[in-house]
Amino acid sequence: MDYSTPQNVFRQHPNMRLRNTSIDGSDGSQLFDDTSGATPASQMGYKNQQAGPESAAYPGQSLLSDPMSNLAMAYGSSLASQGKEMMDKNLDRFIPISKLKYYFAVDTVYVGKKLGLLVFPYMHQNWEVNYQQDTPVAPRFDVNAPDLYIPTMGFITYILVAGLALGTQNRFSPELLGVQASSAFVWLIMEVLAVLLSLYLVTVNTDLTTIDLLAFSGYKYVGMIVGVVSGLLFGKPAYYLSLLWCCAAIFIFMIRTLRLKLLSESAAEGRLVRGARNQLRMYLTMSIAAAQPIFMYWLTCHLIR
Amino acid sequence: MLMAFTLYSLIQTAILCTNAIAVLHEERFLSKIGCGVDQAVGGFGDDPGVKAQILNLIRSVRTVMRVPLIIVNSVSIVLLLLFG
Repeated sequence: MDYSTPQNVFRQHPNMRLRNTSIDGSDGSQLFDDTSGATPASQMGYKNQQAGPESAAYPGQSLLSDPMSNLAMAYGSSLASQGKEMMDKNLDRFIPISKLKYYFAVDTVYVGKKLGLLVFPYMHQNWEVNYQQDTPVAPRFDVNAPDLYIPTMGFITYILVAGLALGTQNRFSPELLGVQASSAFVWLIMEVLAVLLSLYLVTVNTDLTTIDLLAFSGYKYVGMIVGVVSGLLFGKPAYYLSLLWCCAAIFIFMIRTLRLKLLSESAAEGRLVRGARNQLRMYLTMSIAAAQPIFMYWLTCHLIR
Repeated sequence: MLMAFTLYSLIQTAILCTNAIAVLHEERFLSKIGCGVDQAVGGFGDDPGVKAQILNLIRSVRTVMRVPLIIVNSVSIVLLLLFG
């Protein structure tokens, strides 16, 4: 039995994965940089900066020397903070805001590297996500981690570029922007639901969350934007060429990323593993990756005439 | 080529698909094609297989979504009558 497992052991089922328990930053793994420049007491994220101002702590405010208004101010601020707490607690039940924060902890270097990976994934060697004591590292520290910033920005940019493309063909009207946005959004949701359903049917034990799948499905917008912009600038052949390139790139990217998450350990390392289950998983990975180029073509071909 | 999808059409699709799964009758149809409850694989192994998963899904949709589907269908019928 080998007890000396290497440090970057390939983890597929970490139990008790929590994405954001260490949001305080007291153990050094802050999600967001502290740019407030204030005392260490205000290092609990940016929430504290919005807390009701403590009137008693502000020196030199002559308006508040009156004890009555002091009292009123203190009461009002306590009410406000109470209401804010209650709203936060209830909102957190419906939309996991704290989990979402993990996906937006990016910085410029990460975004640059990730965009480069999405367009040219052929040179990248190590596709594993680094873990730090069972929680995945924030995206800014690991280029393989999925994030939601690029998909969101890509979606919005795609809508704007679609409006631009329609405008150059004199087919633009403001309602069309909304129609484009909602139909692309609907396709995205249907794709995520289809992937979730197929993951359930094949009983893959994976630690991919729904938001992860949303992030992976949103990465194709980058390729779509590149294709449409080059089609606008250089005409139809350029559109087809760049779309082909981006489709191939996204295909390879998805396969290499999903391979580590969906397939069993030995299959992911490239060894041929027999068995119906592994075959099914392989088909699943292939079909998820193949759906991306199809969607990319489907959502952009009507923009370039 | 422009598919004018709205969010409302997505909701309609979801309602129709769930209705379709919920109306599969147990003894008139599912048993005939070998998907009945008594024929389901009840193994506790770690590989239920695709067919067992589908059967589980159908059965759970039938039990869980019965009452909410009644409500949602009535609401959408009323909305369709009022707003076309």
